[in-house]
Amino acid sequence: MSEIVVTHVPHKRSIPFGQEAVGALSIIALGAIGYFLYPDDLAFLTRLIGIAFLVLSLDLVTGYCGVATLGHAAQFGVGAYAAGIACVRGITDPVALLAVGVFAGTIMGLISGALITRFRGLPQLVLSIAVGQLVAALANKLSWLTGGSDGLSGITPGKVFGIFNFDMYSRTAFLFSLGVLVIVFVLLQRFVRSPFGLMCRGIKDDDLRARMIGVSIYPRLVVMYGVAGAVAGIGGALTAISTGVVGLDSVSFERSAEVLVMLVLGGAGHLWGALAGTVIFMIFEHIVAAANPFHWMTLVGLLLILIVVFAPRGLIEPVLSLASRFKRKGEAA
Amino acid sequence: MTNLLEARGVSCSFGGLHVTRDVNFKLTAGDRVALIGPNGAGKTTLVNLITGDIAPSEGQFFMGGDEITGLSIPDRVRRGLVRTFQTTRLFANLTVADNVALAIMQRKRITRRFFSSSTELPEVRAEWSEILSHLGLAKLAYRKVVELAYGQQRLIELAIGLALHPKVLLLDEPAAGVPHDEAPKILEAINRLPSDIAVLMIEHDMDLVFKFARRVLVLAAGRLIFEGSPDEVTADHEVRRAYLGSYADARRAT
Amino acid sequence: MRTIFSIMTDAVAYGMVLFIISIGLSIMMGLMRVVNLAHGAFAMIGGYLASYAIRDLHVHYSVAILMAVIGTIIVSIPFEILLYRRIYRKSDPLIQVLMTIGITFFIIGIVNFIFGPSLKSIPLPQTLSGPLDIGFRMLPTHRIFVIACGVVTALALWLLIEKTEFGIKLRASVDHSGMADALGIRTEIIYAVTFALAIGLGAFGGVVGAEILPIEPFYALRYMVTFLVVVSVGGAGSILGALSASLLLGLADTTGKYLAPEFGDFFFYLSVIVIVFLFPHGLFGRSHA
Ligand SMILES: Nc1ncnc2c1ncn2[C@@H]1O[C@H](COP(=O)(O)OP(=O)(O)OP(=O)(O)O)[C@@H](O)[C@H]1O
Ligand SMILES: [Mg+2]
Repeated sequence: MSEIVVTHVPHKRSIPFGQEAVGALSIIALGAIGYFLYPDDLAFLTRLIGIAFLVLSLDLVTGYCGVATLGHAAQFGVGAYAAGIACVRGITDPVALLAVGVFAGTIMGLISGALITRFRGLPQLVLSIAVGQLVAALANKLSWLTGGSDGLSGITPGKVFGIFNFDMYSRTAFLFSLGVLVIVFVLLQRFVRSPFGLMCRGIKDDDLRARMIGVSIYPRLVVMYGVAGAVAGIGGALTAISTGVVGLDSVSFERSAEVLVMLVLGGAGHLWGALAGTVIFMIFEHIVAAANPFHWMTLVGLLLILIVVFAPRGLIEPVLSLASRFKRKGEAA
Repeated sequence: MTNLLEARGVSCSFGGLHVTRDVNFKLTAGDRVALIGPNGAGKTTLVNLITGDIAPSEGQFFMGGDEITGLSIPDRVRRGLVRTFQTTRLFANLTVADNVALAIMQRKRITRRFFSSSTELPEVRAEWSEILSHLGLAKLAYRKVVELAYGQQRLIELAIGLALHPKVLLLDEPAAGVPHDEAPKILEAINRLPSDIAVLMIEHDMDLVFKFARRVLVLAAGRLIFEGSPDEVTADHEVRRAYLGSYADARRAT
Repeated sequence: MRTIFSIMTDAVAYGMVLFIISIGLSIMMGLMRVVNLAHGAFAMIGGYLASYAIRDLHVHYSVAILMAVIGTIIVSIPFEILLYRRIYRKSDPLIQVLMTIGITFFIIGIVNFIFGPSLKSIPLPQTLSGPLDIGFRMLPTHRIFVIACGVVTALALWLLIEKTEFGIKLRASVDHSGMADALGIRTEIIYAVTFALAIGLGAFGGVVGAEILPIEPFYALRYMVTFLVVVSVGGAGSILGALSASLLLGLADTTGKYLAPEFGDFFFYLSVIVIVFLFPHGLFGRSHA
C-alpha cells in the first residue's frame, strides 16, 4: 500500500468577531448619516428600520431556507398588534413592549411555519397566502381588540429605560430602533453562520441530500420560522411604539409582496442584501410614490421584472463578489 | 453473526414496470459486497428502496433484527444506513468543507446549536480536514461545490458518506466519472473503514469489483440471479449471458 | 326557500365565473408549470377593453367580448415572448412568483394610466338584463347567461383536449415533455398556443363575470389569490378539478358571506388551509414530484 501524504488544510485567517464588528459599525455609521443629515425625515427612517426587520425575517425563511411565501406580513402585523394592544392596556415600558412583540411574533412564526413548510411548491405558496389573509381577516373583524379598519391608535409608550421620552421629531424612536437593529443584526450574523444556519442553507440547496445525512427537515424549518417570527415581531413592535398606530396595512398582502420585492432587490440569502434592498426600495418609494401611486406600481413592476431577468441574485451580488476577490488577492499576497 | 441489513421479498414497480422483483439478501458485519448488473437492471432503485427514498410495494427491510420498512429517511440514517448518489447530490452553493462538516455535525448532534461557529469548530475541523486530505481534496476545502469538476464532486459524495460513520454503507458507482489516477483513493478510503461495517458497492468496473468484493450479487431485470464469490460469478454461465459477456472471456484468455 | 334558491343561483354563477377565469391558469400550470400570478391582470385587461368598446365605441356586447378576448391575447404576446418563455417549467417557484407579480404591478399601473383609475362598468344588452322566467321562478338573466357560458366553456375544453389532435399533443407534452420533443412535437408552439388560450379564457371570464367580480383598478391584486386557490384546490391541469373547486369555493364563499357576513373571508381562507393540507396536490390533481 502506498504512503498516504496527509496535507492538512491551513486555517482560515480571520479576526474573531471581525464580521460582527464591521456589521455593527456600518449600521451605526449609516444611522449617523441619517440622523445628522436628514433630521426632518427621522419618522420615515424609523419606519424604514421597522420594515428592515421584516425583510431580514423574510430573508431567514426565503433566502436561507428557500421557502416561497406571500404572507410574511402576518409575522410583522401580529407583533405590531400585540405590542400596540399591550400598550393600550397599560404595559408602557418600551423594552417590555418589544418583548411582547417578540413573543407574539415567535408564536405566530411557529404556527405559520407548521402550516407553510409542510409542503413545497404551489401548495406552499397558497398556504402562505391563506395564512396571511386569515390573519388580515381576523385583524379586520376583531375590531374591539384591533380597532378594525380604523386602526389601533392611542399607543403612547413610556420612556426608554425610564429616561428618554418619545419626542415629536422621532429622535428617541429612531435611536432606539437603530440600537435594537444593531443588536439583532449582530446576533443574526452569528446565527446564520451557526451549525443550525448552515444546515438551513443546506436544506435550501438540496433537501433530499439533507435528509440523507439524517436531517429531519420539517422541524428545522418550523424552528427557523419561529426565529423569523421573533425578528419580524420586533419590527412590528418597534413600528407600533414609534408611530403610535397600527393599521390593517401592516398585515396586508401588499406589504407581504412589497417586502419580497425588497429582499430580491437587495439579494436574498445575505443579511446585507436584505438591508440594502429595504433602504433602496423605501427611499425610492418615499420619493416616487407620493407623486402618483399608479406610476409607482408601474415602476415597481418594471424593476421587479428587470431584476429577475438581469440580476436574479440581487444588487448585493456584484458587491460581494468584488469584496471576495479583494480578499482572495489579499490572501495570495 | 448479526445481520446488519436484510431484505425480505422486496418488490417495486413504477406504473406497470416491475423494477424490483422479490429481492432477498443479507449483509453481515465485515461484508464487502459488490452489486452488479446491466444498465437499467434496477440497482439504483434497490438502493432507493433500502434508504427509504421510495416505498416497496411488497417486502420488508430489517436492520439488526428491527424492521425499518416504515421508517423515514433520516431515521434510517441515524441507525447507520448511509448511501452515496450515482448522480451527485451535494449542497452545491456551500463549500466542500461545509458539505462534509454538515454531515459530521449532524452525526454529532450539534446542528441544533444557534450561535456557535460551525465548520471551523476544532473537533469538526479536525475530522473533515482529515477526510478531505485522504481523498486529495484538501486544497479545495474552501471552494464552492458548483465550481468543481464532476470527478471531484463524486469524491465529495464519498467524503460525506465516510463522515457519517456508517454501519451499512451503500455506494452507487463511486468511481464513475472519477479520473483514473484518483480512483485508487476510493478503495484506500474503503479499506480504511472499520472492519465490522458492511459495504455494498454498485460498480461496473470488474477490476475494481475484484479488488474490493468478497461476495458479488448480480441483478438482472429486477431479480437477483446470482450470488457468489467474484471468481464464481465470472465462471457462471447465466451471469455471463446476462451481463458480463465479453469481459469474462477476456479475463479467461489472459 | 326562496332565499336558498337564489343563494344557490348566485353561488353557482360565482363559481362559474371563477371557473372560466381560473381554468386558463390551471391549464397553464399543468402544462408549463408556471405559477402565473398575473393571470387576473389579463382578465382585467379584458374587462377594461370591453368596457371601452361598449361605452366609447358603442359596439354590441357580443362584439365587445370578441374584441376584448382578441385584444387581450394580442397584448399578451410580447409578455409571452419576452418573459414567460424564460420561466416555463423552471422549477424555482420564487422566480416565477417574482416575475409574475412584477408583470401584475406593471399592468395595473399602465392600464390605470391609460383608462383612468375608476370602476369600469360593462353595460349588459337588453336581452341579458332583467329577470328571466324559468317556469316556477324568476331569475336574473345574466346569472343564467354566466352559468351557460361556464358549461359551454367546460364542454368545449373537454372536447378540445380529449378529441382533437392538439389535445393529444397537449396531453403528451404534459406527461413527458422530453418525450414530446423526441416525437417531433414542437413544444414551444404548443406552449404559445396554450398561453394564448389561457389568456383568452381569462379575458372572456373577466368580461362576462364583470357583474359579479367588478372591474376596478386593483382587480388583478384583489382576485389574484382567489384564482390561485381555485387551481390549487382543484389540482393543476384538471378541468373537472377546476370546475368542482370553483363551485365548491363559490358555494363556501357565498353562503359564508350570507350566514356570517362579518367572517366571510375568515372562513374562506380557513377552508382553503384545511383543503390544501388534506389534499396538497388538489382534489383531482396528480403529484408532479
Ligand atoms: N422514478 C421512476 N419512475 C419510473 N421509472 C423509473 C424510476 N426510477 C427508475 N425507473 C426505471 O427503473 C429501471 C431501473 O432503473 P435504475 O436506475 O434502478 O437502474 P440501474 O441498475 O441503476 O442502472 P444504471 O446502471 O444505468 O445506473 C429503469 O428502466 C428506469 O427507467
Ligand atoms: Mg444506477
